[in-house]
Amino acid sequence: MDITICHLYPDFMNLYGDRGNIIALQRRASWHGLHPRVVPISVGEEYDLRSCDIIFMGGGQDREQRAIARDFDDRYRVMNEAVQDRVAVLAICGAYQLLGRYYRTAAGEKLNGLGLLDSWTDAGAPRLVGNVVVESRLDGTRRTLVGFENHGGRTYLGPAAAPLGRVLAGHGNNGVDGQEGAVQGTIIGTYLHGALLPKNPWLADYLLGQALIRRGARHQLGALDDTLEVSAHQAAIRRARG
Amino acid sequence: MTLARWLAAIWVSKVLIGFSHWARRGGSSFPGRVARRLCPQVLTRLARQLRWGGIVVSGTNGKTTTSLLLANMLAASGMKVVHNRTGANLTAGVTAAFVQACSWTGRLDADVAVLECDEAALAGVAREVRPLAGVVTNFFRDQLDRYGELEAMVTKVGSGLAEVSHQGFVVLNADDPAVAGLAQQLAARPVFYGLDDPACAGVGAGEVSDARRCRACGGRLQYKVFYFAHLGLYYCPHCGAERPRPGITVTRRESLGPGGSRLEFAAPSGGLGASLALPGLYNAYNALAAVACALTMGVAADTVAWALANSASSFGRMEPVVVGGRTVILALIKNPAGCNEVLRTILEGTGDRYLLIAINDLTADGTDVSWLWDVEFEELADMAHRLPLVVASGRRGEDMAVRLKYAGLSPAAIVVENRLGDAVQLALEQVPEGGTLHVLPTYTAMLELRRILNDRGYGRRFWEV
Ligand SMILES: [Zn+2]
Repeated sequence: MDITICHLYPDFMNLYGDRGNIIALQRRASWHGLHPRVVPISVGEEYDLRSCDIIFMGGGQDREQRAIARDFDDRYRVMNEAVQDRVAVLAICGAYQLLGRYYRTAAGEKLNGLGLLDSWTDAGAPRLVGNVVVESRLDGTRRTLVGFENHGGRTYLGPAAAPLGRVLAGHGNNGVDGQEGAVQGTIIGTYLHGALLPKNPWLADYLLGQALIRRGARHQLGALDDTLEVSAHQAAIRRARG
Repeated sequence: MTLARWLAAIWVSKVLIGFSHWARRGGSSFPGRVARRLCPQVLTRLARQLRWGGIVVSGTNGKTTTSLLLANMLAASGMKVVHNRTGANLTAGVTAAFVQACSWTGRLDADVAVLECDEAALAGVAREVRPLAGVVTNFFRDQLDRYGELEAMVTKVGSGLAEVSHQGFVVLNADDPAVAGLAQQLAARPVFYGLDDPACAGVGAGEVSDARRCRACGGRLQYKVFYFAHLGLYYCPHCGAERPRPGITVTRRESLGPGGSRLEFAAPSGGLGASLALPGLYNAYNALAAVACALTMGVAADTVAWALANSASSFGRMEPVVVGGRTVILALIKNPAGCNEVLRTILEGTGDRYLLIAINDLTADGTDVSWLWDVEFEELADMAHRLPLVVASGRRGEDMAVRLKYAGLSPAAIVVENRLGDAVQLALEQVPEGGTLHVLPTYTAMLELRRILNDRGYGRRFWEV
């Protein structure tokens, strides 16, 4: 079975090893016996996002984020249609902020986001940097997520969005309320970068599973040998807890 | 400032430097910190005594190699050179290099100082040293968790170079758009260097965007030729900006494999040819930066060529050590572009390769190890039949192992051993007599590995290099 992964703005939004998330989706899909295909979509390229199964967007520097903001705004309609059609979305760092309602800069300027997540972000100092461990029940089971965060923005959630998880180590959305990331419908937003999916294989498989459910596929994801991934996950937890 | 305080700063710091050598710990910044504490003007007062002046060398990759080559060229021309050769490239390390070079009364008998500076420390060093020249190698995404963002790093380096005297000059890499863009904010004269050999064209940056935006208008740059990563012949289709024409170039590079390369240079003062004992295109760039600076200072072409041909590899970069009939080569890795070049150099030629990759995540390494995912480890998987075993080590050995698995290596060919001493032992046991073990460590892993090899009686102490 074919699985189509759309990588939005790979040339602008690819800080901090975001490429690793695409590699993980591709590899794991093939190990599960699926046929993955990655479609890179950049500024100005038209694409019906409903035709893919998973949309991935990474982080960018301020300059690059400004360069795509306009294009992203133009994509509101197709993005909204894709989300209504239950296409899975994983948005990290800058992309997570852009999916929210707005981003307020340090100078007080308010930049509109797509508003597909009930969240908003205020610029802040100092930057929140370091290893993170999060407890999440996204797939119904109590799981941990490990990653690395590096963001100035403080993100807050409104009632329509649920946090992706509870911070066990690190700062999370804003360093205050103990929440990390956001989940709303099929959208997942998070500050955890550092090639999130390879070290959290359960989340990669969750996204692939969502794609299969949407397609009504009978194909079931089997168990893979994740010995190396699990030991990297455990090592990251030990590191974050010092 | 009393004389007593001044002398105390010099004496205490000198004793501490001597002690750290005796304890076989190189590169310590502690003596410099103490000297600055006792006498905050110590660096300014020592640098003022230089007969010619200071040269600051910065950039993401290659600053250690470039400054070592430059210091060798200047010494070969008869100058007395102060140089922070152990890679202690923060303000304290620079201060320690000056203290070590001066007399017990604080008198400095030197013509010039070649000062390798960390990008974040450059502005501080430049304010105190008031350099007459600067050299910038390149800007890659490196340890972003320390600097926030690449942009901020470029701005910091720019403000450091603004301290270079208007009578001086700054040597800039024309092939790196972010470096070339620094020319606009200088008081000093820019001197551009670049590659001019179409045969060096490579595959380019791939998906890694680094500094590929136009500095003038923010548009996406186009490239006529990529040399490596984002270095090449670029132009902006939106506003017409383009790579400045370099005055000093490499017109031909002939690879001699892991042994190095043969380089031909062109400069307004005439051409020169030299062999370089350091491998890879990235080292050709380092040599070019040093050549450009030395020629601009008036060093004779044959002196420059002699110094290049006779420079041993600088601390930790591709330095061979013989261990029980096997050769161990250490090659520091710290960011995607540099690591890609190291991998490519190792894989050149035929035959089996034995690898040990050691990833630490301490402050000096960069605490964020996600850069491993921007390295083209897929090139190793393409050569899997030549890789009997890869050992992943260091504090984040597990991350490295996962990266190798997703690059396409079989998990059966990957061994994780976090302890560096045991990892070296394990890897060497696989290497046949007369064979070579390539070790790719991050910064603190490299220091630890050198200590391990020293303690087992192998290798040189690195301050004797
Ligand atoms: Zn332009």
